Formats: sequence, C-alpha cells, structure tokens
Amino acid sequence: MFDSYRETTLKYYPDRCINCRRCTQVCPHGVFAEGKEHAELVNAPACMECGACAGNCPVQAIEVESGVGCAAAMIGAALWGKDMDSGGCGCGKGSCCGEK
Amino acid sequence: MTEKISSACSRSSCAPVTETPVCGCPSNAGSSEIRPTTSTISFANKLDHFLARWGVNRMGHIIVPGLYRLGVPTPDSPVIVTANYTLSFDAVRSALKGADCYILILDTNGVNVWCAAGKGTFGTDELVRRIDVTGLVSVVNHRVLVLPQLGAPGVSAHEVQRKSGFRVEYGPVRARDLPAFLSTRKATPEMRRVTFPVIDRVVLTPVEFVPAVLPTIIVAVVLYFLAGPVAALAPFAAVLAGTVLFPALLPLLPTKDFSTKGLILGVIVALPFSVTFVSNPVLPSWAISLAALAPLLIMPAVTAYLALNFTGASTFTSRTGVKKEIFRYIPVMVAIAAIGVVCGAILGILHLMRGI
Repeated sequence: MFDSYRETTLKYYPDRCINCRRCTQVCPHGVFAEGKEHAELVNAPACMECGACAGNCPVQAIEVESGVGCAAAMIGAALWGKDMDSGGCGCGKGSCCGEK
Repeated sequence: MTEKISSACSRSSCAPVTETPVCGCPSNAGSSEIRPTTSTISFANKLDHFLARWGVNRMGHIIVPGLYRLGVPTPDSPVIVTANYTLSFDAVRSALKGADCYILILDTNGVNVWCAAGKGTFGTDELVRRIDVTGLVSVVNHRVLVLPQLGAPGVSAHEVQRKSGFRVEYGPVRARDLPAFLSTRKATPEMRRVTFPVIDRVVLTPVEFVPAVLPTIIVAVVLYFLAGPVAALAPFAAVLAGTVLFPALLPLLPTKDFSTKGLILGVIVALPFSVTFVSNPVLPSWAISLAALAPLLIMPAVTAYLALNFTGASTFTSRTGVKKEIFRYIPVMVAIAAIGVVCGAILGILHLMRGI
C-alpha cells in the first residue's frame, strides 16, 4: 500500500555479463554487487532508473528505461497532451533536480 | 598573472601579451589554453552559491568550459572531470586543496553533474569533444580520466575509450571524497552511495519555495477579503508545508509515496485552521461544517502536489514510480481540492451577500 516504487523497468541478463564490475561502480544505490562469475542483482527495488549501469555495460547485459523522475515535467507533458516519456526534466524553470 | 594563464603555450611567444586575458599564441589559440584555478572559495564564490541556492539567475551560474590547472600539475597529474556549474566546479576545486591536477570542465549549460548526465549534456559526446578541443592528448602522458560517479548516466565509459583513447575511472559520488579516492584509486562502498541527509534536503527548500511565493500571496490576498486574516494564512501554511517542512521531514513521514506523505502532512497542517473555524461562534452550524471541511480538503491537496514535485529533487525516486504516483494521486488531489473550493466558495458568497 502506498508504495509506487516496488517495480522498475530494470532487466538484467547475467548470462551476458563479463564481470567487468562497471555496474557496481556506477550504481548510486547498490543495486548490483560484485559476484564470482558475474555481477549480482541484489537490490532491484532500490533502482531509480538513472541508466548509468545500462549505459556503461559494454555487453548490454542490463536494460532499463532510464529517465529523470521529475513529476513537474511529466505532469506538464501530460497536461499539454505530450508523451510523458519524451521530455527531459525542465530544470532551470521550476523546482527540479537536486543540486549535487 | 596573465602570462601564467596558459602553460600549453610557450613562454617566449606569449610573454609580451600581458594585457590580453587569454593566451595569444597563434598555434595554441582558442580553447586549447589551460586556465589557472585555486582551491580558495572567495566571498564572491560564496555569494554566488547563495544566489544559486535561492534560484536567482538559475541558469547563470556558469564557468567557461575547458581545461583548468590546479596547483602545479605535470603531464603525469590526474585529470578530474566536472560540469560548468559553479557549485559543481567549486566543490571539486575546494576539495582538492593542495593537489596538483587538471580539471576538465564540460559544457553542461550551467547544470550540475547528475542532472546534466540525466539529460545527456554531461555525456559521451561532450566529453570526447572537450578532450579534442582542449588538446588534452598533448597535455598529459597518461590516458585516464576521473569522472564523477554521478556523471555515469550520461557517459558510456567504453564508448569514450573507443572514441578518444581515454579510459574512464568513476570517482566518488561526492567531491569531498576525491582526495581519498585519488590516493588509492578505489572508492569505498560509502563513497559510491547516494544519500539524502537532512542538510542536503533543507538546502533545496528555497528553490522549491521561491517560485510558489507569488501565487501564494495572490491567493492569500483574495482569501483575506473573502474570509479574513486566519484564512489568509492558510495558503502560506500549505505551501510552506509542501516546500519546506516536507523536504525537512521526508524520511519521518509515514508511507513510501511522496503524495501520501504530503497528504498526511497537509492534514496535520490544516487541522489548526479547521479547529479555528469550528470555534467561531458567529457562524451557523451548517456553515461551520463547510468552514471546517474547506481547509481539510484544499490544504492537503496543495501540500501533496508540492510534495509529489519534490520527487524531481530527491535522489532515489524512479521514473516508473513517479509516473505511477501521478496517475494514482493527481486525480485524488484535484477531486478533494475541487470539493474544498466549492465549500469555500459557498461560504465566501454567503459572507459577501449576508455578511455572516
């Protein structure tokens, strides 16, 4: 109840993994851990779909529909009849993006 | 100082050019210069950070992209990559106090590393281009770049290597861990994890609050004339709850969804208003019910909407989850706010017509 964040679009194909460990380096939420033969998917629900792992995987063992989870941008897109997945985040115009 | 600006150009040909701020060497003209920088954060820098945090000239906190040198780097010194946002660059250079290194600044349009990486402006293409235009190949002997871990969503390390010959090493999430990383070339699990501590959340609140100020004042003025001074405070309470209290209390509020957290906080903030209106002895009983309901319906909707918007600033919400929240809760927010506004409107009209 009241948890919209249990499922994500992250898909992992361990049979393709060459154990380069890039995914364990780039994930900011410890979704992947180092394993003996291949990387281990240890905390899938923590995935925020940033896409760092998939983009840095040299053998496409990881797939994720990445995007900025910016409500303001998505609500705006929905209101103006645009595709909610097409737009980036409207940083600079409104309240969005942690200043990291 | 001017003649020290570029170590890439030879001193003999550059020495006479003391008036021009950039190196005038014909062979090294343009962006191949190496600009000097320090680890010192001046008062002007601090003022710039303050203004950035308050959303003043939001996209104007920029640094000229290119190659910078900190201390006295040699061709073997490390190259640290960051964004051309003053808060990002200043975090990096101040963390590297006493170090001799190069800092390569990508053009991210003045957006921080993580957000720029999400949009792809801090990305493979810009990195490869910047390596090229700065002539980095001839500046350093090695072929290693230290990138911020949070730049990874925009960068494909293997693509960068293929296109530029430079190997990407992902450094720590936070600039303050750079010295430790550079000494061991290893990031601990803590250095790799993004957190969202109270200080990081609170520092974002002005940027959340400032854009909401003007609409809030307008609503407050209208309410002041329709329903009096207490009612005029309600929009401020709801907006402050959503933009300041909510980020501050985020992990303490029950449930996982931002919308439900916001609804709960909104009800808590609305209760005193409801109680105040109920204890008004002048009103007839049916009007008291309406007056009690209006804040309990409108304020949580406003707070919850602002809370949902904070997902964009948070460090852990997924796009899939936020989308689910939008479809689940936006209709609820609109519905309760609409009923609340109808309650308020009935009261307002009667107030104007009959003076109750």
